[in-house]
Amino acid sequence: MADDKNFALSCPTPIANYEQILLAHGGGGKLMRQLLESVVLPALDNVHLQSRHDASVFVVGNQKLAFTTDSYVVSPLFFVGGDIGTLAINGTVNDLAMAGARPLYLSLGLILEEGLPVETLSRIMDSIKKTAAEADVQIITGDTKVVDRGKGDGIFINTAGIGVVEHSLDIVPGSVRPGDAIILSGDIGRHGIAIMAQRAGLQFETTIESDCAPLHTAVQKLLAGGIDVHCLRDLTRGGLASALTEVAQQARLGMHIKETAIAVCEPVRSACELLGLDPLYVANEGRFVAFVPENDAERALAILKSEPVSEMSTFIGTTTVDDAGLVLMTGTIGSTRIVDMLSGEQLPRIC
Amino acid sequence: MKFVDEYRDAKAAHELAKRIKAVVTQPWTIMEICGGQTHAIVRFGIDELLPPDITLVHGPGCPVCVTALELIEKAIEIASAPDVIFCSFGDMLRVPGLHRDLLAVKAAGGDVRIVYSPLDALKLATENPDKQVVFFAVGFETTAPANGMAAYQAHRLGVRNFSLLVSHVLVPPAMEAILGSPHNQVQGFLAAGHVCTVMGYHEYEPIAAKYKTPIVVTGFEPVDILQGILMCVTQLEQGRYEVENPYSRVVTREGNIPAQKLLSDVFEVVARKWRGIGEINNSGLALRGEYRQYDAELRFGLADRKIEESAECISGLILQGIKKPHDCPAFGTRCTPEHPLGATMVSSEGACAAYYRYRGATASGRRAG
Repeated sequence: MADDKNFALSCPTPIANYEQILLAHGGGGKLMRQLLESVVLPALDNVHLQSRHDASVFVVGNQKLAFTTDSYVVSPLFFVGGDIGTLAINGTVNDLAMAGARPLYLSLGLILEEGLPVETLSRIMDSIKKTAAEADVQIITGDTKVVDRGKGDGIFINTAGIGVVEHSLDIVPGSVRPGDAIILSGDIGRHGIAIMAQRAGLQFETTIESDCAPLHTAVQKLLAGGIDVHCLRDLTRGGLASALTEVAQQARLGMHIKETAIAVCEPVRSACELLGLDPLYVANEGRFVAFVPENDAERALAILKSEPVSEMSTFIGTTTVDDAGLVLMTGTIGSTRIVDMLSGEQLPRIC
Repeated sequence: MKFVDEYRDAKAAHELAKRIKAVVTQPWTIMEICGGQTHAIVRFGIDELLPPDITLVHGPGCPVCVTALELIEKAIEIASAPDVIFCSFGDMLRVPGLHRDLLAVKAAGGDVRIVYSPLDALKLATENPDKQVVFFAVGFETTAPANGMAAYQAHRLGVRNFSLLVSHVLVPPAMEAILGSPHNQVQGFLAAGHVCTVMGYHEYEPIAAKYKTPIVVTGFEPVDILQGILMCVTQLEQGRYEVENPYSRVVTREGNIPAQKLLSDVFEVVARKWRGIGEINNSGLALRGEYRQYDAELRFGLADRKIEESAECISGLILQGIKKPHDCPAFGTRCTPEHPLGATMVSSEGACAAYYRYRGATASGRRAG
């Protein structure tokens, strides 16, 4: 390494661990997973958490139930295609749906900041009411707290949800098998770009609308159609890349996907090019991936295409024994690269 | 998407790759200057299409990577001060200083904000007259005009609570430093298309002649990059060393004259430290004359602060094209994008981060996994 000395190399002391929570710890990427594995989960160790899925499935008497919770802290509160209320209902409904459950009941926890206009809360409650009706769930318990001005971002919402599992499938990453088809339920990146455009005050020629939508009807149709669903995962903060990587690592399988099969609508593509973002990592709120056996794949695709929420479904790839834990993507010019999980937040590039 | 899809066309890319294979008769080492090009090469797997005789090495053209530790520390100190709003492009927030980064400053209560334009920072200054608003002005000749414009506007509007922490660097002196090094392995350059959009390419002509090295002005899409490689290799095979410009849809020989005038009005050329490389004469920009009052280093009394960098990672060698990321023993183990040891692992434009992200922790050689 004589060269090193000649060039008087320099390098900073490594930052081994952050001593405080960063925003990036909530980004749905590796930093978040590190935090969960090192601080949160050790205190909670139990068999239900081991599936590392969006909802836990358990048995009471003879009935299988699914249970989940999620908190919503979005800014701005209202965006094109939805608001914090629609997210709070659909997000939790979707977590239940990803366990193959039929969502039944939700709780609603409101944390309000002193000074929030009552009119704003009314608008959010209206959309909660409407979204819950559309998703066919009832909110049967709740709680309201108020915090000092400056200690909340207007409103934070927590919802928990309970659903009923009416099939014998085990819809978890561990059920994915080599050779499974991977189906993506639509184009990606709409929610993240809609939020970012509003947050940064960016003007685009076309309005980009969030994809926020309940997914349980599409899932219920797959199950009713007798599809042997191995795993489902909705694409949220970390985007398609993080969802696939998580499942690949948990299932200890590889995935080979094709970039050309992944739809990104023109306005989202343009926005991503301008902002230096990769659509694979941009957030979604109404898209999921389904892992189904090859034999069921065509039928599953047809069922999903018959549902409005997933009418743009496509095969994007297959699972493999090789390259366990890795997602490999064949790109537009035919070369292959690894699709890794996002580290923290996706930061806009300089130039 | 127009102006993108045609330059990512698989057929055109493979046709160019075929032509490159037909031209090459011996090994050549070519450096792409810009981090944006490195990112595209690894993201699209462009090097996989090339014959084994061609080695691409990744240049020092990632502004995040080459910003000196000293300036990062100054940024952290300013951002930690009370009544300061510290604005930066997103990438800079995760660059480690001695002990922490700007994200940690934010977590500890500092008002650190990501902006998309320096003029947004200037607007913040007018909206917050009781705060000092500081913009971290990093980048090459590409971002310098917009940052210069912020200083110009601040002066014109009399916005006194606005300043710039300037870390601008220039491409030609870095190229000369690489070519003049006894360890140099670079035989041809892909010049950075965006930098040339502003500066033109006439300033590269003396460098090509002096060091007998071809320089091809190159864009950022797969077809652009393959075209640049083809022209560079063709020159090398024919023993020519000229400046060529296949990126003519954007770049002219003279460049953007009004932008250059603004640069010379607002900035002067100074010696600047490059992280991992050291000080290079005439390689940076600093605010000049009446604009010095907007220099954050002067305003916060940090101009004389010196911080020496310790020798641990090989990012300096990577930035000079002497080593590849996977040559580093820390790559993917002690050094990852979550906990970068060196700047090249921090920015998505940095060579190490690009390799890690697209080829994985065990990346070696030309192919993934």
